[in-house]
Amino acid sequence: MVSAPAAKTTSGTHGGGQVAVELASVTKRFGKITALDDVSLTVRRGELLTLLGPSGCGKTTLLHLVAGFLMPDSGEIAIDGRRVTDVVAYRREIGIMFQNYALFPHMTVAGNVGYGLRMRRIAKPEMTRRMADALALVKLAGLEDRKPRQLSGGQQQRVALARALVIRPRVLLLDEPFSALDRNLRGSMQVELKEIQRKLGVTTIFVTHDQSEALSLSDRIAVMAEGRIRQLDTPHEVYRHPADRFVASFIGDANVLRARLERIEGSVATVVLGAARVAVPTRTLEGSAVGGAVDLFVRPEDVRVAAPDAVTAAHGIVAAQIYQGGHIDLYVDAPEVSSGRILLRVPSHEAASPPPPGTRIGIALAGDVAIAFRSA
Amino acid sequence: MPNLLRLVGGATVTAILGFLLLPAVVVTLAAFNSRAILSFPPEDWSWRWFIKAIAYDDFQAGVRNGLIVTAWASSIALVVGAAFAFALDRYEFRLKRTLETVLLSPLVVPHFTIGLGFLILAAQLGFARGYAVVVACHVVLVLPFVLRSVYISLRNLDPRLELAAASLGAPPDRVLITVTLPLLLPGLVSGWMFAAILSFNEFTASLFVTVQRTQTLPVALYNYVREYADPSMAAISVMYIVATATVLTLANAFLGLAKVLNVEHPR
Repeated sequence: MVSAPAAKTTSGTHGGGQVAVELASVTKRFGKITALDDVSLTVRRGELLTLLGPSGCGKTTLLHLVAGFLMPDSGEIAIDGRRVTDVVAYRREIGIMFQNYALFPHMTVAGNVGYGLRMRRIAKPEMTRRMADALALVKLAGLEDRKPRQLSGGQQQRVALARALVIRPRVLLLDEPFSALDRNLRGSMQVELKEIQRKLGVTTIFVTHDQSEALSLSDRIAVMAEGRIRQLDTPHEVYRHPADRFVASFIGDANVLRARLERIEGSVATVVLGAARVAVPTRTLEGSAVGGAVDLFVRPEDVRVAAPDAVTAAHGIVAAQIYQGGHIDLYVDAPEVSSGRILLRVPSHEAASPPPPGTRIGIALAGDVAIAFRSA
Repeated sequence: MPNLLRLVGGATVTAILGFLLLPAVVVTLAAFNSRAILSFPPEDWSWRWFIKAIAYDDFQAGVRNGLIVTAWASSIALVVGAAFAFALDRYEFRLKRTLETVLLSPLVVPHFTIGLGFLILAAQLGFARGYAVVVACHVVLVLPFVLRSVYISLRNLDPRLELAAASLGAPPDRVLITVTLPLLLPGLVSGWMFAAILSFNEFTASLFVTVQRTQTLPVALYNYVREYADPSMAAISVMYIVATATVLTLANAFLGLAKVLNVEHPR
């Protein structure tokens, strides 16, 4: 699913053009550890931008810097065109939803959702109206008098979302909000969150380590590692045209095949794998010698069982066949091109049933979407 | 064979429990003895020693003094202990470990040493041995317990609750009043109660720092037993046990409430 870039602005209450959040050369250290290293980032108004990376990559630190829970060691942060680098959290007008929701256990649902309005001394009639709107938005009307512990995980999450949105935040921050939910609920909550986010047009920064969640929800993804942003682009671009080896292996499944670099012509290089020739971009091959070994990254859906007359990249023996519903995963041992097993993803509705384990098959590469990196 | 084992095991557990309760049982029975000597088992049953104990001036004064000292000492220890617990939980600073050691040190210093110390100090500084010295001494004695209780409550408080409150526009003082303190309340109350029970029962240090005018109940009991040996002390003991059990039951009801409030958030 490719989403439209930058949803239309519906809030319209804040000035400051198309940029909602801007970080300029932000560095944050904890003792000797540099959690964020000279990071610059622009979040467009109304978009859902995901910070994706393994734990310890700095994504939560970045979120806490935007929230004002942490102050940067250097660099500047602006929200809606206003410099907030040294503005305390309670004056930033941001909404945040935590992984464990952090609902106030001693307050009712109404107490939780109304908290931000009480802090703003909103008049009673308006407060009642806005709370009702927020609870209706997250489909929780009627549960106002319950305590958080009397709610299910999904309901608690809705309360947390209503509490964050009712104050009409300039930015909504989501800190791994789905990881505590079971799989089925997670899926439906993700769709719902995306709908609400679109409807309100609220600029959202979403932190996750789950790449499939990032791919399905985001307008843009910032892939992070070791305190830096490795790539900032749409889910499609990040998946199809990863900027470096880390991004290629972190996002989605990838087969790493041993290939040989045949020649470089400008921005396109040719890589040889068995009888197959594959065109790859040159930009990721820096430091590789022509004639030398390179690692070819191929997505599982781009690997095929070779037809009898196909140009075969390699041969292997089917090790396992795993039915996944919509598709079938084939694991193939091909020791001459890969130290691990090669994963082939075959749509399950295809007429010919895939070869059973033990079958020797040819492997072909489809399309021109492979990417190669200097051999590790 | 297993039946025999079970029988022996059951008997052993019963014997141990009985042994634990034995002093209280013996004293309780002795308290109801109508005769004027401490004897067991009693021959005639009577409330007379309860009436005598309640009517006895020194015991009345002891309870009054004890309550005054306990109220002040526990409350001061609560405020001081809570402040230090916050500092230890929230801030990193040099000598943090040293501070912690000093704050918990009354646990390893004998009570008579603390009492003697305050006695010498009061004499040197020319203080009359009034309530202030007794209260100060008790604050030192109960501080580690209050500190511990509040510190553990703070450790169990999810910091994200305070961050959430801040993000919703609450300045630090409002966060404290609306989120932190309500969630710490069970810890504060149980810390205070624990301190109060300890202070009210404290004898060794109190013996040094009290005078006739300020003597607490345990000291009054000690002075009484040096001269008399009738069952009114047993009667006092029974009332002590009943009162403490009542307080603990109330505390437990309160801590039970803490569970209802769902304050356990492991970090």
